[in-house]
Amino acid sequence: MAIEFKPSPSLPPPVNSVGAVAWVRQNLLSSPLNIFLTLFSFYVLYLLVPPVIEWGILTATFEGASKADCTGGGACWAFIGVYFEQFMYGLYPSEETWRINLALILLVVLIGTFAVKTVNKLFLSIGILIIYPVIAYFLFAGGVFGLEVVETSLWGGLFLTTLIGVVGIVASFPLGILLALGRQSNMPIAKSICIVFIETVRAVPLITILFMASVMIPLFLPEGMNFNKLLRVLIGITLFSSAYMAEVIRGGLQAIPKGQYEAADSMGLNYWQSMILVILPQALKLVIPGIVNTFIGLFKDTTLVYIVGMFDLLGRVQAATHDSSWLGTTIEGYAFAGFVFWAACFGMSRYSMRIERKLETGHKRN
Amino acid sequence: MSDKTTSSNKSLLNDAGTRALIFQIVLLAAVVFVGYYLFSNLQANRADQGISTGFAFLNQPAGFPVLIHLIEYTEADTYGRAFFVALINTVVISLMGIVLATIIGVVMGLARLSNNWLVARLATVYVETLRNIPLLLQMFFWYFAVLAALPIPKNSIVFADFFLNKRGIYSPNPMIQDGFGFVVAGFVLSIVASIALVVWAKKRQTKTGLWFPAYWASLGMIVVITFLALAASGFPIEFDLPQKSRFNVTGGMVLPPEFVAVLVALSTYTGAFIAEIVRAGILSVNWGQTEAARSLGLRDSLTQRLIVLPQALRVIIPPLTSQFLNLAKNSSLGAAIAYPELVAVVMGTTLNQTGQAVESIGLCMLVYGTLSLTISLFMNWYNKKMSLTER
Repeated sequence: MAIEFKPSPSLPPPVNSVGAVAWVRQNLLSSPLNIFLTLFSFYVLYLLVPPVIEWGILTATFEGASKADCTGGGACWAFIGVYFEQFMYGLYPSEETWRINLALILLVVLIGTFAVKTVNKLFLSIGILIIYPVIAYFLFAGGVFGLEVVETSLWGGLFLTTLIGVVGIVASFPLGILLALGRQSNMPIAKSICIVFIETVRAVPLITILFMASVMIPLFLPEGMNFNKLLRVLIGITLFSSAYMAEVIRGGLQAIPKGQYEAADSMGLNYWQSMILVILPQALKLVIPGIVNTFIGLFKDTTLVYIVGMFDLLGRVQAATHDSSWLGTTIEGYAFAGFVFWAACFGMSRYSMRIERKLETGHKRN
Repeated sequence: MSDKTTSSNKSLLNDAGTRALIFQIVLLAAVVFVGYYLFSNLQANRADQGISTGFAFLNQPAGFPVLIHLIEYTEADTYGRAFFVALINTVVISLMGIVLATIIGVVMGLARLSNNWLVARLATVYVETLRNIPLLLQMFFWYFAVLAALPIPKNSIVFADFFLNKRGIYSPNPMIQDGFGFVVAGFVLSIVASIALVVWAKKRQTKTGLWFPAYWASLGMIVVITFLALAASGFPIEFDLPQKSRFNVTGGMVLPPEFVAVLVALSTYTGAFIAEIVRAGILSVNWGQTEAARSLGLRDSLTQRLIVLPQALRVIIPPLTSQFLNLAKNSSLGAAIAYPELVAVVMGTTLNQTGQAVESIGLCMLVYGTLSLTISLFMNWYNKKMSLTER
């Protein structure tokens, strides 16, 4: 009696809604406008891609010692090879560049140890933030343990770019936190000083700050007291980016609900305890994208030191393209520098997205 | 009660208010002391080096050329006039850059959201490439690699009446003839009429619900009336066309390569950032809003214009303001490729010649501060106008 209900197997989806053909129809040819846009895009690609590949790879010269070796008619990448050391280290004496490499390896190892679970993270942080810079400074500048002295005017290339970027980032972070806290505090004088500083710095271009650092600071110092140009530029850049950092962090502080402040108070925590243990960790996590954006901006802005006469990566490339024996290699130089900056900045932004996901504690509204 | 609060273990030093007061007094004293110390050093140093103080130098003859000037300027003019020329150069490039960057940004932002896969990818490549490469490098690229690679004037690239060569872009220069006032009057009149039309259309819509395409009508009106005025007065504009002579191109309006390089670099770079802002703004509008609009029977273009865009603008405007400010400040990088803007003229040449660092740098900072303030005041006004009015 009982009829067993046997569903027949589902039919496959219509052929024109799956597979490559359907994808093309949906994504490239869904309407007249879409067809036009697709054709237009192909035209743009046709204009850009083949010439670039031909110039950059097919007819390019990769090895050689002078411009005369570049006979392919395309890019002359040999230029990058010849100047590579200058692009990396500036005019740093080549027999001493191992010191820079050593410092870099040391830093990588130190940061790598963060992954080891048994290491005390507090001591490691202190080591990286306080002891490492001292070691690195003496490695770079020399003058101890028989290391030859290298004047800072010889520092350059990607080394200088990285140095300015890292020092600016590391130093502006705590300063930015202090400024942000000052701006949010209820002490009128401290608050106004912070506001005036932040707003003034943010209203002017970085170049004016750099000019100030290189031209004006010496005028403000007492007779006979004068310090290194690199140091002055570092101070300028740090002050500049700390103002931006302060605003980013302020955004995070404002986003913390009042209940968190009250909760910290009710636990009997004093101001610094409540900030360090309760408020700042939450606020900083909220604004990671903004912080990383500031870092990326700062890294790109290091190129401006060229304008006050220092030769970072871009400055070195610029100088090299004016070498009379390599005339006409401007695009290769810019392509190389552009790629290095692009890789660094793009990498930083992707890394920040990863951190964001990792720190996500799952209070998502669904 | 009062016994407890004034009891002995609550000394003045343990009171949060008092400590804050002491801290602030110390802070203020430190700032004042450092300021005084720096200032006295400055006075002593300037006396030592024989640098004069004050702004009297602005009235002295500058004696250096400024290659791009929109107002009359010769080497015999004063530093003050050179400063003014540079100020105009900065303002002009900032405003043009802002307009261009906004157009590029909106187009690219919408392109990234396009349902055409290829267009979206191309826009992504554009954004990710340009915003991750330093602006200065891009400026150098346009100036030293692209524009310098253009042919010499003799072999200019010709495009209609436009000439393109190493010395810049030559375009027809409109020359105003007698009777142009009539055209201006017609233009102004049509604008006044358009405003009246828009106001009337809005009023009528509130009253009766009837819709009138006031913006399209105004546009048509402005074009037609201006054209009629032009025709009636016998087309009082003549174009000074660039002419190719044997070795050079003469006549016409010239956009120098420095100007073109700065403008292109500024607007494409900032455009990439604006594209992301526009994209985020449009994504922030809940999809339900689009669905609701469709269920009311609104066409797609109206849905975008009346429902999505106004809500997206609330998210877009504040970050857009900072991009405009950045663009205005970044115009200072023009100094690196000899575009004579404020930093190049005032903090470069003037400072070198007079040695008056404090005055020059101070003047520059003041101008940039004012420029930033003006842009942000305007954008804040616009933001307020567009912001959510809750009842």
